[in-house]
Amino acid sequence: MIKVENLTKKFGDFIAVDNVSFSVNKGEIFAFLGPNGAGKTTTIKMLTTLLRPTSGVIYVSGKDPAKDQNEVRRSFGIVFQDPSLDDELTAYENMEFHGVLYGVPKEIRKARIEQLLKFVELWDRKDKLVKNFSGGMKRRLEVARGLIHHPKILFLDEPTLGLDPQTRSHIWSYIRKLSNEEKMTVFFTTHYMEEAEKIAQKVAVIDNGKIAAKGTPSELKEQTKTASLEDSFLALTGKKIREEGANPIDEMRIRRKMFRH
Amino acid sequence: MKVIYILWLRQIKRYYRAKSRIIGSIAQPLLFLLAFGFGFGPIFQKGGGGNYIQFLVPGIIAMGILFTAVFSGIEIIWDKQFGFLKETLVAPVSRLKIMIGRTLGGGTVAVIQGVIILAVSLFVGFHLPGPHMIILSLIFMALIAFLFAALGTVIASLLEDMQGFQLIMNFLLMPLFFLSGALFPLQGLPRVFTIIASMDPLFYGIEGLRGTLVSGLHLGLFHDFLILSAITAILFVIGSYLFSKIEI
Repeated sequence: MIKVENLTKKFGDFIAVDNVSFSVNKGEIFAFLGPNGAGKTTTIKMLTTLLRPTSGVIYVSGKDPAKDQNEVRRSFGIVFQDPSLDDELTAYENMEFHGVLYGVPKEIRKARIEQLLKFVELWDRKDKLVKNFSGGMKRRLEVARGLIHHPKILFLDEPTLGLDPQTRSHIWSYIRKLSNEEKMTVFFTTHYMEEAEKIAQKVAVIDNGKIAAKGTPSELKEQTKTASLEDSFLALTGKKIREEGANPIDEMRIRRKMFRH
Repeated sequence: MKVIYILWLRQIKRYYRAKSRIIGSIAQPLLFLLAFGFGFGPIFQKGGGGNYIQFLVPGIIAMGILFTAVFSGIEIIWDKQFGFLKETLVAPVSRLKIMIGRTLGGGTVAVIQGVIILAVSLFVGFHLPGPHMIILSLIFMALIAFLFAALGTVIASLLEDMQGFQLIMNFLLMPLFFLSGALFPLQGLPRVFTIIASMDPLFYGIEGLRGTLVSGLHLGLFHDFLILSAITAILFVIGSYLFSKIEI
């Protein structure tokens, strides 16, 4: 479903993703793990047509995201690392907007929006503006939104960040069900290793832009002779805390927060 | 078509939900109208310029449209920061449609803004022309609006964040506004100014508005219409090219 060969992305002199190769089969749940700044989000952006690779080959559902952009875009849904909802629109309008952009016919759209909003328990707040939602509610809405067009692949970039265990288990059980029943491929990143261990069938660990290890969680544990995925992760990537450079957008986000409070 | 419509609708909804922004963006032109209108009115009349309010109102309408339209384009930067742009950019929709939908939405909002200012100006003594001239003036309002909404898109595609915005405001928008003849007639100014003014698209917009709202039809209006349409078309092309190059 996803095939990546010798993928490299440079920003000037900085090599964010360095000669990375991996593949994900149809219906598989794949965890892409790595410390901050390892190149996870950059890789996702290249897989989802937002960035062009410097070199290397990518196939997402058999197509090249750099060439057949629209076919690739139709095939996946995504929940971004940072919020991507329109605060000034209601929950329903955000869903509707997405449905129209993806060309989901009206009747099907209405039915799916209702079903998904009910599932994430936001149906009774569908007409409230998103800016009044809590972080967890926004996250749930984003997950629901990413599923409206029934994607073949679902990308989740730290989807459960800041969610309580109830919401997390609720969301994961639904995603697992979709992956089982509809053969939906799931590609996700997370910092919660126990989550990756429990949910992912296959794992790749990326560090400093390079793949440090890949395989099933038990293969990784065997390889590093550790008892949990968390320990193998630390064994693979070391214990040093990573620094991530703040880009202008991050700075603005900080300023916006100050402005709001 | 549906895609352009939903993007347009989003801009309209965002507009009417931000009540404080509506008031804010009408208050500033209104302040100009009152301060300049009553402040310079007597001198203008003595200088033989006639009724200053009649002269000023088209300029103030254009001012309101100019700022609203450019800001609507610049909103792309906000969408970039707050992530919503990513949602539209990963959708299986051409960038051109996204850009058209947004620009039409922002332009429509700016026209509404212009109409509100026109309505309010009646209370400070502006005399309306006949209905067919009002309709013609709407065409010019729309042209100014789409032209500057497209310019806003161009600017937003080039800027990384809002840091550069102050520069754009002081070195592009304010000069465009002052040199357009919105506040004072450009006749009799040093030649340098009239040459620069003739390169200012807002100058033609204001000529068009003055012609339709105040002084009546004349051949120059068609000329203004053509120039505005041409510049709008060019900015659309540049804007959609730059917009399609946005990477986040």
